[in-house]
Amino acid sequence: MMYYSRLRMASVIGVCLIGLALCLPNVIRQPMASLPWRQIHLGLDLRGGSYLLLQVDMNSVAADRLHGLQDETRQTLLKNSLGYRNLTTTAHGVTFTPRTPEEAQPDLKALRAMPMNAPGEFSVEQTEDGQIAITLSKEAARQRAYDAVTQSIEIVRRRIDATGAIDPEITRQGDDRIIVELPGISDPERVKNLLGTTAKMTFHLVADSAIGSAVPPPGVEMLPMTDGQSTLPVFSHVDVDGADLTNASASIDQQSGEWAVNFTFDSTGAQEFGEVTRANVGKRFAIVLDNKVIEAPVIRTAITGGSGQITGGFSAQQATDMALLLRAGALPAPLNVIEQRSIGPSLGADSIRAGGYSLAAGFVLVIAFMALFYGRFGWYANIALLANLVLMTAILSLFEATLTLPGMAGMLLTLGMAVDANILINERIREEVARGRSALQAMQAGFERATGTIVDSNATALLAHVMLFVFGTGPVRGFALTITIGIVTTLFTTLLLSRMLMVRWYARTRPSTLPV
Amino acid sequence: MMLDRPLLRFVPRGTKINFMRGRFIGLATSAVLSIASLILFFHPGLTLGLDFRGGIVVEARTQGPADFNAIRAALAAQHVTAAGVQSFGGPDDVLIRLDTPPDSEPDHEARTQAMVDSVRHAIGTLPGAQVLRADAVGASVSKELFRNGMLALGISLLMILAYIWFRFEWEFAVSAVVTLVLDLTKAVGFLVITHFEFDLVMVAAILTILGYSTNDKVVVYDRVRENLRKYRTMPLADLIDLSINETLSRTLGTSSTVFLAALPLALFGGASLSGFAWVMLFGIVVGTSSSIFIAAPLLLIMGEKRLRRDARPAVRN
Repeated sequence: MMYYSRLRMASVIGVCLIGLALCLPNVIRQPMASLPWRQIHLGLDLRGGSYLLLQVDMNSVAADRLHGLQDETRQTLLKNSLGYRNLTTTAHGVTFTPRTPEEAQPDLKALRAMPMNAPGEFSVEQTEDGQIAITLSKEAARQRAYDAVTQSIEIVRRRIDATGAIDPEITRQGDDRIIVELPGISDPERVKNLLGTTAKMTFHLVADSAIGSAVPPPGVEMLPMTDGQSTLPVFSHVDVDGADLTNASASIDQQSGEWAVNFTFDSTGAQEFGEVTRANVGKRFAIVLDNKVIEAPVIRTAITGGSGQITGGFSAQQATDMALLLRAGALPAPLNVIEQRSIGPSLGADSIRAGGYSLAAGFVLVIAFMALFYGRFGWYANIALLANLVLMTAILSLFEATLTLPGMAGMLLTLGMAVDANILINERIREEVARGRSALQAMQAGFERATGTIVDSNATALLAHVMLFVFGTGPVRGFALTITIGIVTTLFTTLLLSRMLMVRWYARTRPSTLPV
Repeated sequence: MMLDRPLLRFVPRGTKINFMRGRFIGLATSAVLSIASLILFFHPGLTLGLDFRGGIVVEARTQGPADFNAIRAALAAQHVTAAGVQSFGGPDDVLIRLDTPPDSEPDHEARTQAMVDSVRHAIGTLPGAQVLRADAVGASVSKELFRNGMLALGISLLMILAYIWFRFEWEFAVSAVVTLVLDLTKAVGFLVITHFEFDLVMVAAILTILGYSTNDKVVVYDRVRENLRKYRTMPLADLIDLSINETLSRTLGTSSTVFLAALPLALFGGASLSGFAWVMLFGIVVGTSSSIFIAAPLLLIMGEKRLRRDARPAVRN
């Protein structure tokens, strides 16, 4: 208790010096590129910026697959000259009634040969009432949902990178959510609009025969035009998919002088595009974006070059954004913004100032208190307190943690609580002195008796804040993190550093009475 | 030069205050305050913050003192109706609140987001005005945040109970947790009276004061346990009094340093943290006094028979 070996002292001082070195990146610039240089990041509430919480529309992911499965089923049956009645989607698949009971076996055979996106994705069975049911497996649905979020994150990243945002942070949260943090962007409206567009582009033939009919025939859908005023019947079958695009750019059309979006297909897309246009010269071809018809020009000649142009009466910004969206690719499902928090730069600066002053003032008050009420041992506690602040900063830097306003409050409270351990030790020493113990005995008893209490009281606080970190969200986690780190550094600085200072002082001076 | 000896002293050495004599007064006062807080909790109830209520809050700074009529007119031009426009902080700062559509409506999230953009556009039409902060929390998210916040609070209480139970006898654990629950109700009453908004940051504040309060009780209990071993025949009431007196100087010292650390935050911490800091200050006072006037009497009442049943040590090592 009252003896510190040279090695032990060296390691305590060493830890403090390493801590000091780790704090440096926060105050000076990196001298050499090869040096690891980790620093604390300022949270959005301190530097200004936007936080968006996006939710992937999982219903749409499921509905899309069901829709596709229905379409594939229809195509497969037609190709094999099999008939069907009542082809509908259910919650987990597709069902239909065979034309005749005898066709059930050929139906099963043909449908079981359909390509799957994953092994065991669906099963094809005949039900007791003679219907045929194609059922998607739950496992495949889960995997599809997971992939949809992964893919969405990739697309979101590409779209945000294209806007030139600096240091965007895009992270997955929970099963179906994505967090987007945009430092420095205090008005997220454009980003929100870009992310709120699925940008799924498809090309469909127009079902001219169905124009004017109230109920579209099977395999035909009524889609609204982008002007929102009229609708157009198009075949549900996707002739060419915008996913096969390789490039898109905005430019002014030479002839009309209007803004247009030019696009180029890859080889698959170019081939499909060529075939469809060759076979349907004279018919109308609808360009559909997110289930709205942008335009439906008449095919004059086969387009074999693999490139085309959309003119939809765009403004410059609309054309640029649409080209950006087509280049970045379509989202697998719509994204909804469900939470938005944005902070302007001036408010962030105000917060840093307010937090910084409070931290400084609190620190000074605690130091003055300890000096006045505990004298020499109080100053030792103050040295430990300073080391505590350094070590907290060092660990936060090492983790490259994000400092938020509640995080600053957490640091301040840690400093207030940190001296508790020193107070416990000092009070105990006082008591032992009052009982007539010698200086050495009193100090020894003070350390020994107080240690259990210190560990107990810090363990409960640690438990509460770890829970807060696990279950908390957003800024509260920053608060819990700083306090949790603070408790660990407090245990080190009080149980090792300030005690070492006291022991060294005793060994140096051998006092007969203690300054308590 | 270094001040060697302490200049000031909190409590004179060797106090012998008879706290346990006033135990029923302490418990009664606490009960009255907690019941009053419970009534306040049900009526008028907590002012829920944006996190838990959902909705839109936009803080804006106008050029010169805020003209509320101009702001309302600008909002009306964008077809949004504010649930409230009020001044906030300085005279040129305004706070605009909007209610969001309920989550029973199909496109409520998209409409909420469109409303934020409309408010931004409205502020943009006012000369020299800028948006300081814009927050929008959808109805479904706010319910979830509330659930998670309460979960964190509940689990923390259970963990504290488990830890004290593990380290001390059950009488200690139960009286500590009963006291913590009483502390919690008083903090809620304080929030209702002061109209501080109850949000995630407040949950953090409440958890911190519960942690602090527990810490304080653990220190007193530690001493009770030590004295139970030391003075085998002393009546429990005297023993608890002795333990409180022995730790009084530490209790007041630590409360003071935490209080001093949180005080600047309450005074200069700015709108977002001063509420948090005031709750902390209140919690420090409540947590410190409840160790002496509630947790200790409860321990006395529950442990009178058991902890002093006979001469053998009643406490686990």
